[in-house]
Amino acid sequence: MPDQPSPKHAKDDPRVEDTQHAASQDSPAAEDTAAVVAVDTAGGAMQPSAVPATAQSGQLPGGSGTVLRRIFTGSGIVSVLAVLLALIIGGLLIASTDKQVATTAGYFFARPTDMLAAVWNAATRSYIALFQGSVFNPRGNGLAAQFAPFMETLTIATPLITAGLGVALAFRAGLFNIGAQGQIIVAGILAAWVGFALHLPFGLHLLLVLVAGIVGGALWGGLAGLLKARTGAHEVIVTIMFNYIALYFLRYLLNTPAFQRPGESNPISPILDPSAVYPQILGSQYRLHLGFVLAIAATVLVWWLLNRSTVGFEFRAVGANPKAAQTAGINVSRSTILVMAIAGGLAGMSGVAQVAGTEKVLTDGVAATYGFDAITVALLGRSTPWGTFAAGLLFGAFRAGAVQMQIQTGTPIDIVLVVQSLIVLFIAAPPLVRAVFGLNPRRRKPARAARSRQAATTGGAA
Amino acid sequence: MSTTVSSSRPGKPQPGGPTAGAPSAAPATRPVSWKTPVLLTVFALVSLVFFGFLAPSQTASFGISTGEDFFQLPALEINAFAGGIVLSVLLVALAGYAVYLKIKNQPAPGWLAVTFIVIFVAAFLIWVVGGARTPAISLAGLIAGSVTLAVPLVFGSLSGVLCERVGVVNIAIEGQLLGGAFTAAIVASMTKNAIIGLLAAAIAGAVVSMVLALFSIKYLVNQIIVGVVLNVLVSGVTGFLFSTVMQTNKAQFNSPPGLDVIDIPVLSSIPIIGPILFRQSLVGYLMYVAVAVVWVGLFKTRWGLRVRAVGEHPQAADTLGINVNATRFWNVTLGGAVAGIGGSFFTLVAIDSFTKEISGGRGFIALAALIFGRWNPVGAFFAALLFGFADNLQSIVTIIGTPVPSQFMAMLPYLVTVLAVAGLVGKSRGPAASGIPYVKG
Repeated sequence: MPDQPSPKHAKDDPRVEDTQHAASQDSPAAEDTAAVVAVDTAGGAMQPSAVPATAQSGQLPGGSGTVLRRIFTGSGIVSVLAVLLALIIGGLLIASTDKQVATTAGYFFARPTDMLAAVWNAATRSYIALFQGSVFNPRGNGLAAQFAPFMETLTIATPLITAGLGVALAFRAGLFNIGAQGQIIVAGILAAWVGFALHLPFGLHLLLVLVAGIVGGALWGGLAGLLKARTGAHEVIVTIMFNYIALYFLRYLLNTPAFQRPGESNPISPILDPSAVYPQILGSQYRLHLGFVLAIAATVLVWWLLNRSTVGFEFRAVGANPKAAQTAGINVSRSTILVMAIAGGLAGMSGVAQVAGTEKVLTDGVAATYGFDAITVALLGRSTPWGTFAAGLLFGAFRAGAVQMQIQTGTPIDIVLVVQSLIVLFIAAPPLVRAVFGLNPRRRKPARAARSRQAATTGGAA
Repeated sequence: MSTTVSSSRPGKPQPGGPTAGAPSAAPATRPVSWKTPVLLTVFALVSLVFFGFLAPSQTASFGISTGEDFFQLPALEINAFAGGIVLSVLLVALAGYAVYLKIKNQPAPGWLAVTFIVIFVAAFLIWVVGGARTPAISLAGLIAGSVTLAVPLVFGSLSGVLCERVGVVNIAIEGQLLGGAFTAAIVASMTKNAIIGLLAAAIAGAVVSMVLALFSIKYLVNQIIVGVVLNVLVSGVTGFLFSTVMQTNKAQFNSPPGLDVIDIPVLSSIPIIGPILFRQSLVGYLMYVAVAVVWVGLFKTRWGLRVRAVGEHPQAADTLGINVNATRFWNVTLGGAVAGIGGSFFTLVAIDSFTKEISGGRGFIALAALIFGRWNPVGAFFAALLFGFADNLQSIVTIIGTPVPSQFMAMLPYLVTVLAVAGLVGKSRGPAASGIPYVKG
């Protein structure tokens, strides 16, 4: 074990040997393990905890400053339970406003089962509608119609995935990119303008639309990165403000002759040329467009970037510990600007997917709430590329299904926001989820250790 | 190893204790940056060119008195061109002074930036009004309207001050405002009593804050994440209940009695300051009280000293026997209650019913005001006024018909904030331990 500042006390404990052994198999984590042992034992002052810190969910220190690393790497079961818990609470919220539940609650003490059944019915009815609206509708006419909801899910997931990747990538470099919304808007502006103002041959036009969108997003994101790198302005504040600046700029443009559709008094742009929109990849009965394929490609690209490229290694190093990265010769400013530009470019793909894929025009609702949802997607996906992809699909399914749910059962779409945010909250706090499901081992000290460990990992976050 | 938290933090507070970490204290050893003088120069030149040389030669008229005042003052008549030139020259002089200070390696004093902003806004105003189709506005109305629009912003930014000063970043101001607005509407409607609605709003804001405190202090979830997610959660819950409960029975659940404007006799008839200070709703008066109380509390009481100690250097505070996490928890809760009261402004004063997303991003402007006001209650108050002013001006310029698109006016608070965090007003530095969870040991 090279250069490990492990405390003497810890050496005596067999369990520590265990963790060190485990760590040596995975050498990058070795230093982390040593650190966690030190945390676990409060620098040797206490006995180490019963459960080796490596076996607990979450991230070890040493990656102190790795924003959110703890959240990205918790155990899978916690994620599943978090989703379940969020769905249960969402179900209770649905039930609480249900008429049948209210009626049966009147005689709850006489026949409690009536109310419980009503609660169950209210919640499951909504969730079944949600499922039918997002994955598979058995009442559809033929297989194509039965799977139409799933195609809709993929369509809606497309911008979520790419914007989520942008947010996730920035998270990995230790930056909170709250600005996907603004990046989508700026990308949408440029892409749409290229789409309706220029008239170019087939193929080339779409390519230019895509490039314009990515460049637009990259500029907007890179500008935030530049401000962060040059002036130390906190990226959370800058990106939040940039979202609004982009939105008002878009609203201004949509009232100018250059962007407003001729003969139209509403703020809406002309329709994009047919040569500028994504082709529908599974035929015209589905809205699913080429953007989804590009989203898969983007996921692969981000995976490669983060895990296989030098630049990605630098990003992660900066995210883990900017000072150490600087000392090791990594240009932190350059990394900050670059990662924000790439994140912006990814969000820009969402903007293109909106104007060239689903909407085909530019309105001030071009970004909908995709930029904000992207944050929850990235958090749920633990900022890994494929995790983000999966989370994007899940939230896409929620969005798609919610429309059907509202039509069929009258449950407002807002319930999706509730469930989404609860999922992220619970995933961010594994001890809470474990406590709710009674999974916390009977111990006191490890809880302390876990807390200090978490503190260390979130320490550099802000 | 267990002290990773503290050792990773730059800029240790000086031995002078927590007060030494106040944002105004600039490190003396560092060379003064070129940022401020350069930015001031750029803005002065912009003003000289656009508000000065390119100004229309119309005469802008600013009405000072309203019909209800005791005595009428004549309207202020300013030639837009001459006024623009004079003010711009002043701005250039200020920028020159900043450059001079920089060459002598002295930091620009605080009054410089403030004076600059005031004169710049005045020059801008003269330019906007001078270029309008009807170059006359009521200055009194403009300012009074700005104060009214600033009320929720002030409460929101005070919430931010209370949270950040104790070391918890509060991105959830938007959620607290929204939660307060919703609860005020529904409770006031059900009880037919606006005061109870106001109290309920405070409780709702506090509850939102408690979730923030629970997750960020007990479960050590990153504070920014909790804040962002809470905004979505509150938006979802209020939107859901609005659609299911309020819309099905509007009379019972969404028609709150409003809080009337309380006119203090005689005093309210003083020109300009009368309507601002003495013609407000209960929430408006509470705003002034809250700013004063928070300022005195933070800087003149033992409680405030402790709060700031926890926000600047929790380890030291803990050593002195302050319960860091409890202090944080209750302060964040208090902050939420303050924001909740601000939220009640939407449904009890401004509009008489709740609609989805009624807070409309004002929580983020409040956050901006907090930073622009440098984490100081009084600074945040004036920053919020400035943003309220921009908001109000936005609606006025569309009425009087100026060349400036209203969207750019709406953009202003956000642009100003970006400039502020990028270093226009010296170094915007928050409390040292803000955003960093504290773990004892």
